[in-house]
Amino acid sequence: MSRSFKAAIKENLPVHATHNLLSLSVPDSMPDPRPGQFFMVGMNRGTDPLLKRAFSLFRRTDEGLQILYRVRGKGTDILRNMKEGAILDMLGPLGNFYPLPSEEKTPLVMAGGIGIASVFSLIEDLAGKAIVFYGARTKEELLMLNEVKVYAKEVIVSTDDGSAGLKGTAADALRAFLAPQASDAHFCIYACGPHPLLKAVARMSKEYRIRAYVSMEEHMACGIGACLGCVVKTHDGFKRVCKEGPVMSASEIVW
Amino acid sequence: MDLSVKIGDLELKNPVMTASGTFGYGEEYAEFFDLSRLGAVVVKGLSIAPKEGNPPPRIVETASGMLNAIGLQNIGIERFIHEKMPFLRTYDTKVIVNFFGDSIGEYVAAAERLSGVDGVHGLEMNISCPNKQADWCIFGTDPRVTSEVVGKVREATRLPLIVKLSPNVTDISVIARAAVDAGADALSVINTLTGMAIDIRTRKPKLANRTGGLSGPAIKPVAIRMVYEVYKAVKVPIIGMGGIMTAEDALEFLMAGATAVAVGTANFIHPTAAADILGGIGAFLTQEGINDIRSLRGTAHAS
Repeated sequence: MSRSFKAAIKENLPVHATHNLLSLSVPDSMPDPRPGQFFMVGMNRGTDPLLKRAFSLFRRTDEGLQILYRVRGKGTDILRNMKEGAILDMLGPLGNFYPLPSEEKTPLVMAGGIGIASVFSLIEDLAGKAIVFYGARTKEELLMLNEVKVYAKEVIVSTDDGSAGLKGTAADALRAFLAPQASDAHFCIYACGPHPLLKAVARMSKEYRIRAYVSMEEHMACGIGACLGCVVKTHDGFKRVCKEGPVMSASEIVW
Repeated sequence: MDLSVKIGDLELKNPVMTASGTFGYGEEYAEFFDLSRLGAVVVKGLSIAPKEGNPPPRIVETASGMLNAIGLQNIGIERFIHEKMPFLRTYDTKVIVNFFGDSIGEYVAAAERLSGVDGVHGLEMNISCPNKQADWCIFGTDPRVTSEVVGKVREATRLPLIVKLSPNVTDISVIARAAVDAGADALSVINTLTGMAIDIRTRKPKLANRTGGLSGPAIKPVAIRMVYEVYKAVKVPIIGMGGIMTAEDALEFLMAGATAVAVGTANFIHPTAAADILGGIGAFLTQEGINDIRSLRGTAHAS
């Protein structure tokens, strides 16, 4: 088993103006990744950009894995221009993963924008049990929506501009769903997305007394727990997103 | 081929060490290579009392480098001795403990506590932090303060004492001489360069701490120059560090006058960086027909 490996690009397809789906073939020695885990990917040949970039596991495939990413800086712009056959220097799978719910719980999975990248494989593993709240800025940014529908029990869509589904955020959609429920005890929430979404989820989790797991994000250098760069404040002191996370209990974070 | 070097009384099997703060207490890297291959492991800086560190964002990438403002987060010396030393003792390498204090008294207490701990082979003193008892001035930017704190620590320990110099000074050779005259057995050159990056959208510094320490390839030419100057100023061994990514980088430091080198930021990018650099140094010596690595030391000074 080795968490340091080289992966070959099989496909690097644009799925939107600013988002690509990267398919990689990986060596057999890579440990099996679990939903919520991430990889550090090196895309530079020189020293700028210097650090590897962290990406969630999107989906496991027969020959390796897929990463869904948004182009937002120098590193991801280089990655977008890499072609089939190019080799990436990678570390992973890293960090912890989403704990699966007990049988009697109905999982509510929240995805805000590119947050879908982290929860997609969880929705797959939940095999028709998850009620998914999927929000994005516009209809066009609801990436991989058809694939999500295949594995979800139900998908409740929202967009900031109202171009698809409910006008508002995934958190607004969750609140609309929870408000009329008689009992909340049988739910369990999983969320990945922008900080305000996670914060709103944490608030509802407390209000409705539903256990919520959130996938946190912070600037990261090493991805393996050494640099102490990616910490978030919790009620038990600073915790590393790369090691004690990225999946943390919403109630332990100081929001 | 002889790769061994001596740092004061400390004999290292080879000149490659890890830079403090980039290697944790070694545990995270053990799955990637055998730590026994290293000349020494230099652990994350410790203080008598545990420190929580700075709020995030703590790091930001810059051109060929990164700024960090971790804030010296550490578990404290007691927990280190009980929870981390048993692991480190299982490796056939030297363990050098980096330490710091908020006052001269804390430095002395830390050095005393670490002396005599089974498996601690040397101490590296971080003097780039502020003195809370004297207007928050940085110990290592004033030769008199450097001399005082190093002198007090020298009286408190018989372990090999390495003083890690700050590059944020006008003339590093002045501080180097002060540290050596006060009893330092060796010098680490250099710590990070203080820097800043601003987010043009929020118009605020990117780091929560506002400023941070710049490391990585961006600082290597500055580090090489400072090793070169310190080599001319003092007779003790120098551990060269600052942006070492490859064996070629490490060799530059040796030629500038370093006896050993420490790999820092590169560990974040390639967990096997230190071992790879050691391999590359060996390959260079073979290629050049050199039997003893010590023959490279300071060769850039020959006129």
